[in-house]
Amino acid sequence: MDWLLTPGTTGEKFAVMVVAIVLFVAVMSLILFAVDRPKRVPSWVVALGFVGLPLGFLAFGLLRPAGITLWNSFFNRNTTEFVGVDNYVRAFTEPQFQKVLIVTAAWVILAPLLSTLIGLVYAVLVDRTRFEKLAKALVFIPMAISMVGASIIWKFVYEFRPDQGGIQQIGLLNQVLVWLGLPPQQFLIGQPWNTAFLIVVMIWIQTGFAMTVLSAAIKAIPDDITEAARLDGLQGTQMFRYITVPSIRPALVVVLTTIAMATLKAFDIVRTMTGGQFGTQVVANEFYTQAFRQNNQGLAAALAVMLFVLVIPIIAYNVRQMRMAEEIR
Amino acid sequence: MTSTPTPLPSHAVDKETAPEKPRKMSRAERRAIAARGKLSSPWASGIAILIAILWTIPSVGLLITSFRPETVIRNSGWWTVFGNIASGEAEFTVDNYNQALYGNSSNLSTFFVNSFVITIPAVIIPITLALLAAYAFAWIPFKGRNFLFVAVFSLQVVPLQVALVPLLSNYNDWGIGGSFWTVWFSHSIFALPLAIFLLHNFMKDIPPSLVEAARVDGAGHVKIFFRVLFPLLVPAIASFGIFQFLWVWNDLLVGLTFAARPYQPMTVAVAELAGSRGGDWHLLTAGAFISMVVPLVVFIALQRYFVRGMLAGAVKG
Repeated sequence: MDWLLTPGTTGEKFAVMVVAIVLFVAVMSLILFAVDRPKRVPSWVVALGFVGLPLGFLAFGLLRPAGITLWNSFFNRNTTEFVGVDNYVRAFTEPQFQKVLIVTAAWVILAPLLSTLIGLVYAVLVDRTRFEKLAKALVFIPMAISMVGASIIWKFVYEFRPDQGGIQQIGLLNQVLVWLGLPPQQFLIGQPWNTAFLIVVMIWIQTGFAMTVLSAAIKAIPDDITEAARLDGLQGTQMFRYITVPSIRPALVVVLTTIAMATLKAFDIVRTMTGGQFGTQVVANEFYTQAFRQNNQGLAAALAVMLFVLVIPIIAYNVRQMRMAEEIR
Repeated sequence: MTSTPTPLPSHAVDKETAPEKPRKMSRAERRAIAARGKLSSPWASGIAILIAILWTIPSVGLLITSFRPETVIRNSGWWTVFGNIASGEAEFTVDNYNQALYGNSSNLSTFFVNSFVITIPAVIIPITLALLAAYAFAWIPFKGRNFLFVAVFSLQVVPLQVALVPLLSNYNDWGIGGSFWTVWFSHSIFALPLAIFLLHNFMKDIPPSLVEAARVDGAGHVKIFFRVLFPLLVPAIASFGIFQFLWVWNDLLVGLTFAARPYQPMTVAVAELAGSRGGDWHLLTAGAFISMVVPLVVFIALQRYFVRGMLAGAVKG
């Protein structure tokens, strides 16, 4: 039965997959059959049949490990010795990690704001035009591809060739510089701007999400409101400022916070494009480095906990805004 | 948002010219006029077109490059093909794809298979589990239901980084470390909070009278779930299914952490390629596109469901 754990050929891999699915279906049917059989089962037994397995999975695979990670974050690199809050102190005071925190802050602030702004402007501009569908699809498509794929796409845009006679640039951005008569740049190496060029990739991916949600919100603005404003003489940018933006405020908050949380956790872009070198390291990638490269389990756990803690203010903001919206209503 | 319609300010009514003129334009007509007014600004159209171009060009460049011969890629930019096509000198090839898929250094075909083997169960299992849980949270009254639902809902915000290391050591202790099983199990767990929340929202939208009627007819929960609710939930399942499919297919972190080298998904292989052979653009461009083809097809074909699921998740949340 070795092939169940270590399938060698493509056929064996698919066979394992089928076994897994059949096994899962069998277990599920058994559970449902058991709770459905007797005529008078108390409702908590039925409920347990339905929620037992999913909740068990979550408790075992998410809650328990999270607890262990929190515990480990107070221990040394191989979790043998209690060190109190040393790992956190280190993460906040050592210059190397302070830099990581600053870069992460830049990501979490810039990526949501800019992708939401661009997505909103674009949604308003293409709203109810003849090319709306096509225009939206173009911006939306980056959402379908992996961050690894997006990173390769942009790494190619930023590709640098030394500025010598006879050597042509093959990265588009450097070619644009050459056309403008400027020297080509190493976009991914020069600090601190390389972080900005990495954030561009995140914005490129997330703008489609912002645009879609905001566009739906814009279409839901009641006609009589826009009508009244127009009769009031509001036009163009004024309409945008005083009617559109206030009307879709709740959607804006949701989009901003969702992108902020996604950005905080994303490590794919940094890992693929610079590997965290040249001062581009972020917390999520530093976690991976410490956990699986440096094998410093205590520090890695502390970084993972920090990822969670940093999410809390974002959520608090979201909840507060939602409460305010409810009160107005 | 205000739910009561805003009354017209009095001075706005004054501005309305010729009250005797009947205003019988349909909603669509009025919207069309509004749109025309907006696009009359060349700045507005200019900005929209600029954004559309900026968002498209990087992918186009990569796609074109992936079909150019290796030596040509090294020596000239992809934009020169337009001039070359005009002069009849453009060269195209599928060699890059052959080499990326079957060449010794990349061998992406193996990882392509892995991505499929990982993704299919990692979509089916969490959806099934989440459907059952969502049903119970929506239609079976039991003690602590609300508390448990809120607890599951809030688990959405836990970054999966906090679970990785302890889970990995469990898997290794059980002797299944690195196998597909660990990847399926991990993906299923990490998907559950969002899946339960989304499907619960959809389930709550079904009229309770339908469920009541079935209950009066003597149907048990299992029967109600499969006969009454399931057919109505197919679009919702499709929405989340696409979501989860794209998420698992595009995932890097879980595949990188749990899968051993022979079972890694394509994202990991392509990322590795970018690290080890960063200058080999003929391999990287083709590899990147091989990894994007499946999600792009799924996405474009089923975009409608995807948008629906996204809006349900984002706006209701």
